[in-house]
Amino acid sequence: MSRVHVTLSVNGEPREMLCEAHQSLLDALRDELGMTGTKEGCATGDCGACSVLADGRLVCSCLMLGVEAEGMDITTIEGIAQGSELHVVQRKFLEAAALQCGICTPGFIVAAKALLDQNPNPDETTIRYWLAGNLCRCTGYDKIVRAVQDAAQELAYEA
Amino acid sequence: MAEAHDYKAIGTRPVRPDGVDKVTGRANFGADLNLPNMLHGKMLRSPHAHARIKRVDVSQALAMDGVYAACAGGDFPTNERTTDLAKNCMARDKALYHGHAVAAVAARTPYIAERALDLIEVEYEPLAPVLDVDEAMADGAILVNENLHTNGDASKPASNVAAIVKFERGDVEQGFAEADVVVEVDCRVPTAHQGYIEPHACTATINEEGEATVWCCTQGHFDVRSLTANVLGKSVGEIKVIPSEIGGGFGGKTIIYLEPIAVKLSEMSGRPVKMVMTREEVFRATGPTSATHCRAKVGAKRDGKITAASAWLAYEAGAFAGAPVGPGCMSILAPYDLEHFSIEGHDVLVNKPKVAAYRAPGAPQAMHAMESAIDDLARELGMDPIDLRLKNSADEGTQAPYGPVFPAIGFRKCLEATKAHPNYTKPKAEGTGRGVAAGFWFNIGMQSSAEARLSEDGTVTVVEGNPDIGGSRASMCLMAAETLGVPYDRVRTHVGDTESTGFCNVTGGSRTTFATGLAVVQACEDIIAQCKQRAAATWDIDVEQVDWADGQAIPKPGVNVDANPLSLRDIAKNAGRTGGPILGRASVNAQGAGASFSVNFADVKVDRETGKIDVLSFTGIQDAGTAIHPAYVEGQMQGGAVQGLGWALNEEYIYDENGVMENAGFLDYRVPVASDMPMIDTQIIEVPNPSHPYGVRGVGETPIVAPLAATSNAARDALGFRIADLPLSPPRVLEAIDNQADA
Amino acid sequence: MAKVVFPDHLLQQTGGTKETTVEATNFRGVLRALEKLWPGIEETLQKTAVAIDGQIYQDAWLEPVRPDSEIYFMQRIEGG
Ligand code: FES
Ligand code: FES
Repeated sequence: MSRVHVTLSVNGEPREMLCEAHQSLLDALRDELGMTGTKEGCATGDCGACSVLADGRLVCSCLMLGVEAEGMDITTIEGIAQGSELHVVQRKFLEAAALQCGICTPGFIVAAKALLDQNPNPDETTIRYWLAGNLCRCTGYDKIVRAVQDAAQELAYEA
Repeated sequence: MAEAHDYKAIGTRPVRPDGVDKVTGRANFGADLNLPNMLHGKMLRSPHAHARIKRVDVSQALAMDGVYAACAGGDFPTNERTTDLAKNCMARDKALYHGHAVAAVAARTPYIAERALDLIEVEYEPLAPVLDVDEAMADGAILVNENLHTNGDASKPASNVAAIVKFERGDVEQGFAEADVVVEVDCRVPTAHQGYIEPHACTATINEEGEATVWCCTQGHFDVRSLTANVLGKSVGEIKVIPSEIGGGFGGKTIIYLEPIAVKLSEMSGRPVKMVMTREEVFRATGPTSATHCRAKVGAKRDGKITAASAWLAYEAGAFAGAPVGPGCMSILAPYDLEHFSIEGHDVLVNKPKVAAYRAPGAPQAMHAMESAIDDLARELGMDPIDLRLKNSADEGTQAPYGPVFPAIGFRKCLEATKAHPNYTKPKAEGTGRGVAAGFWFNIGMQSSAEARLSEDGTVTVVEGNPDIGGSRASMCLMAAETLGVPYDRVRTHVGDTESTGFCNVTGGSRTTFATGLAVVQACEDIIAQCKQRAAATWDIDVEQVDWADGQAIPKPGVNVDANPLSLRDIAKNAGRTGGPILGRASVNAQGAGASFSVNFADVKVDRETGKIDVLSFTGIQDAGTAIHPAYVEGQMQGGAVQGLGWALNEEYIYDENGVMENAGFLDYRVPVASDMPMIDTQIIEVPNPSHPYGVRGVGETPIVAPLAATSNAARDALGFRIADLPLSPPRVLEAIDNQADA
Repeated sequence: MAKVVFPDHLLQQTGGTKETTVEATNFRGVLRALEKLWPGIEETLQKTAVAIDGQIYQDAWLEPVRPDSEIYFMQRIEGG
């Protein structure tokens, strides 16, 4: 089967990859670029473990084809920290014990960052609805929601 | 034992040592390993819920370009000792549920493997399936296994009932005769799945000498090793298992599905083979837990004293014997001190996937029945449900229904804490309902090993063998730091593979912090003993004259020696001169895991137009023993509560008449999402377990037990009538409201 | 003599005996004594858990048994 050459930017770096036409962006990131931080929980758009930002928009990478990422700017969990500095959402997840097994965590962090990027001061209901596309089976969401609230508060304080 | 407030490390909430890797995407989970030259394996699964397999022919698949290996049941050792687990991994003469593995291939890419499955020829003789527990127990039922006899009694005809278990005390008839009020609940709870977000995954490779290495996500790599050896007919020593990080298990990853198949395909192809399940496969062929039909009956005097209780439980085991009905029977009345009771449980085969452990296996379904009945009893008596439970509660010295006498337990404390809790004392809002229920789990100990290695700079590396499923590395570090008297960040905990650490049973049964924690504490005590010897040698005194305090060796009071205290760092630095590296070790078979009791209550609102139930608030109160890392204890309580709420409100396997699951995906098997849930309030009660140096009980399972009945009781309160069956999903609730209006 | 109590589903193996007494100083001795009474029962009992004087053991071979001990056989608990 012929493979398609795709040029894109991943976490600010120009990358190239050869994708099969039917290959999801999730599989392409994981298998072609070796970036396994983005996780698969369902491959059908129902769990959010595969969340990435495509040109700044939050998407399920399992629902996008690798070839569709041509020319796009993709941000994955590996690109959320700046150098050795964790993003405030990552730090608050750690401090609030907002992860147990951690498989959902990359997706939640990407989604929460996307939320705070566009709404730095969300209330609890907004956070819960924004994150409703991300499944966590371990935490019951309580500490995840609190971590996002804590991150928002710190951002507000810094601003 | 020290009092909780004496601890320096225990009870604090530091960041877990594996945390940074898990928030940055660095941590490697089951599907994250790729090896050079690796192939991808896929499983062919039965399209029938029940069928004889007449013939499997993989030759056409093997002939396809890019396919390197294919196998079926005939490629695995089969004799009269072949275990059910082996037959579950790969069907032999019969496919016993829709999705049962019947063959597998390995190919260059997952896509080729997928297409090759279509070329495998299987000749089935379809049989009628038996799909629910009542049907399976009826006379003349279709048999899942023609050679199965109840309790192994071959003098009786074959049956789907693999076992009947009974627990009795006193004279239950007399007890009911003495009662002023008797209530009874008859209810069904459907099949539910553990729903871990990470699908099962493994990668295996085997060399020409038959030595295999398996990387996989599991709750217990030592069990993967022995079970895989068993299925393949290999010795345990020929297999090495390296656990990845694990993306949830809840009991569902205590057994194996893929590992022996991947090893077999690797052996056939001479290349590493990776197998990753799809979410659909996870639903159709792994887990789940038992669907049940339970009847609970309880009678009491006017003053609330329970005179008798009885229960009849029937649990679906799936295609092979082994439903968790025994623990269901043993837990159902555990919170109460009773003179007369009888409990009978049935382990029943049906043509559905073999059930796997799910958090407090068997207890939620049974206790849903009895705690619903207790709630109805409180209503009949006009008593507060907490007061009714207080009047009958088990306590230290009570003989549990399953035999032993309880040591110190925290059930009464949980009840008292509930009565005093602001969420309970505040009146419920207009139009809402409140429900209370009790929860219980035994917890287990079992075998664990640990090593504590003192590094040259005085830092300590703990190595143990329990995959960290929810922060256990942090708990191990805290217990090690406490024991050694050093700061938390001087200790790191590493989860070793089957070759780099001693045997540990699974991460499950709420045993890790208790039993492996015990081994870690003892390994650190071993370090301390050796450090005291090194200090004695350094000071030229007797080891009896050395004390250990605050992370350093000091001469005992009154010992006449001119010596400065020697810290762990000092001793480590000079270890070479005083006898070589310092390595603490311990192995235990931990006994005395402490039972953990809970009380949960929920406030709910029912939308009478749509039948939707909203949980407005939920409070979990649980005796956790000493909370080593309270944030992760709360996390267990919150996570278990939400799993229980999902089971109560929405989750269920829906089958068509052919035994095909119709909702095998997260879209239709709906687990709770963030917007469905309120914050989950928790209160940890700490009644230390006398059998653990720091009083650990085990936490993780009890939280899922009470939410089922708490929700059901709250809905009962809101609706004015009881819907006994679960889940309380909108269609069921709506139908019940309509029926009620008609009646 | 230590008191031994069987759960109802094991009564088939003991010919209906629910309670008995045995002479032994540890749990292994109890198993041996019971095997003498009901040949073949040891294998079944190895797969159960046991409570000796209120304390539950999954593996109790070497646990001491006193003349007034109470021994309850029970189902093994596994967990999730
Ligand atoms: S893997 Fe993409 S949403 Fe689940
Ligand atoms: S932490 Fe395990 S799924 Fe969220």
